[in-house]
Amino acid sequence: MNGFEWVVPVILTVITAATPLVFAGIGELVTEKAGVLNLGIEGMMLAGAVTAFVTATLTGNYILAVAAGALAGMFMAFLFGVLTLSLMANQVATGLALTLFGIGISALIGQDFVGEPVKALEKLNIAGLTDLPVIGPILFGQDALVYLSFFVVFAVSWFLFKTKAGLILRAVGDSHDAAHSIGYSVIGIRYLAVLFGGAMSGIGGAYLSLAYTPMWAENMTAGRGWIALALIVFATWKPGLVLVGAYMFGGITILQLHAQAAGLDLPSQVLSMLPYIATIVVLVIISKDESRIRKHAPACIGKIFHPAA
Amino acid sequence: MKFKTMASLLGAAAVAGGMLVSGAASAEDKIGFVYVGPVGDHGWTYRHDIGRQAVVKALGDKVKTTYVESVKEGPDSERVIRQMAASGHKIIFTTSFGFMNPTLKVAKQFPNVKFEHATGYKRADNVSTYSGRFYEGRYVVGKIAGKMTKSNIIGYVGSFPIPEVVRGINAVALAARSVNPDVQIKVTWVNTWYDPGKEGDAAKALIDQGADIILQHTDSPAPLQVAESRGVWAVGQASDMNHFAPKAQLTAIIDNWDKYYVERAKAALDGSWKSMDTWAGLKAGMVELAEFNKAIPADVVKLASDTKAGIMDGSIHPFAGPFNKQDGTPAVAAGKNLEDGVLLGMDWYVEGVLGKLPK
Repeated sequence: MNGFEWVVPVILTVITAATPLVFAGIGELVTEKAGVLNLGIEGMMLAGAVTAFVTATLTGNYILAVAAGALAGMFMAFLFGVLTLSLMANQVATGLALTLFGIGISALIGQDFVGEPVKALEKLNIAGLTDLPVIGPILFGQDALVYLSFFVVFAVSWFLFKTKAGLILRAVGDSHDAAHSIGYSVIGIRYLAVLFGGAMSGIGGAYLSLAYTPMWAENMTAGRGWIALALIVFATWKPGLVLVGAYMFGGITILQLHAQAAGLDLPSQVLSMLPYIATIVVLVIISKDESRIRKHAPACIGKIFHPAA
Repeated sequence: MKFKTMASLLGAAAVAGGMLVSGAASAEDKIGFVYVGPVGDHGWTYRHDIGRQAVVKALGDKVKTTYVESVKEGPDSERVIRQMAASGHKIIFTTSFGFMNPTLKVAKQFPNVKFEHATGYKRADNVSTYSGRFYEGRYVVGKIAGKMTKSNIIGYVGSFPIPEVVRGINAVALAARSVNPDVQIKVTWVNTWYDPGKEGDAAKALIDQGADIILQHTDSPAPLQVAESRGVWAVGQASDMNHFAPKAQLTAIIDNWDKYYVERAKAALDGSWKSMDTWAGLKAGMVELAEFNKAIPADVVKLASDTKAGIMDGSIHPFAGPFNKQDGTPAVAAGKNLEDGVLLGMDWYVEGVLGKLPK
């Protein structure tokens, strides 16, 4: 490593590692802000990953493929919604079941596509701009989903905190009884939030199978859905911090791989643990200041809403 | 993909529920398999499942095979193995190093059930161990890699720093340096057997640091795919991964469990089964090499073929002395080969491998 020419490839790798986490995290954040805890992110991501992959293989149309991934995630989320919102099943149990279901159904759908490679999602290439040193490939050389992930984070942040609809969504998450008493459809709003979460997880999955590692392999999320879930607590339910957290997670993972390749004599097991240690440390720090969590955590998270009560 | 259909259908349900049974259903003998990854990993577990299918093909209606995939090493696996043993299986194959202690523990409680543990070193009256001498394949790969590298840096994506993996790294280092003394091996440990994203990221890191050949001891084709897109060479792991990297794959080391599984299943059924240790390589066909890439020059192909033939007829031993450990101390003297016992417990690098081996 002479100088800093290693920085650009590291950043490029970090971006691809972080993007699926950003999508899944921001989707779940909206779901949780509406007071619903959906532990099925992993399942929704896998459904999105396999559907997007199959669509891309069959049609060659990547816009369609990403849309199909989003729809698959929404379909899974819809099932979750029917069970937990309409039929009032326990959210934790249903979410876990959704993950298991997603692993199984995605393996089933993908059975004929294991071992089939697909062309990676195309990256932006603007003559002049993409060739700029350092910032060129980083700012102007990404695929469309990376830009979309940033846009979604800012859009969600604006929606939640600057619009009336966002205020209503947060009200539903903080006190469903109060929101109901002044005439808002708690169930309806929660359905929308859950579906949005599903769509984002689906796109996160699509990113895995189309851009990150352009292939379909069973259970290829390898736990990223759970990391996304941890991210939200880490981010204390703030959209901007989800973005920061996702890049921190991705960054630490990639840096430790580079540190090893560079021959730094650090124990790799400890390095592999770093992202999780970092999360725990942050959790401890923010937990010291209880008001910070209490202010942002949706008060009704995971609670079942009985309209008649 | 023809044979994948049934396996994946079963796989889909296996995760959601308990154990699955394939084959005609009546009162046949049951044979169980415990997998560490999904059968669709296209690598390690995939090849074990091909072995299971060979058993089905060979023994037909006489047996039922069952498997549980994606079983975590540790306490989870003990539960799965015990459930299999308790549900009337004659013989159970546990196919990951980390299933070793759980297998032995359950075996003690079920003396009438036969157990076969892959890649472990602890045996009992009803527990056999078996593994492939994959290092033989890796030694051949090392010769090719040593000839093909231009940067003289070979990148190696490692899973866990256990003897099995370390042995492979050392075999590559010895072979590559025997044809090109300037070669160095850079290793990154990802601490997982299967995480396509992370495996791919490790390959990217190695390429960014100068490696122009990517070898791996993890289970997904992601590192090959990265190699393909970055225009460097790679070697497939456990199964032929040519689909993923038609230009980049030099060859692949293929595990072939078919014959062993059929033999052992038969032995368990007819009562001739005995506890033993099997460690077979290229000669027995437990380790195979995929077709060489057309881009490899003829003299290198010949070198590789000769090396393979030499290992098979016993004239070449990958760990023949003299060579040194990483710290420069002699590992084995001239005229001697490293013994199997040392190979099985290998916890040191040879010269030419960079970095410190995590303990």
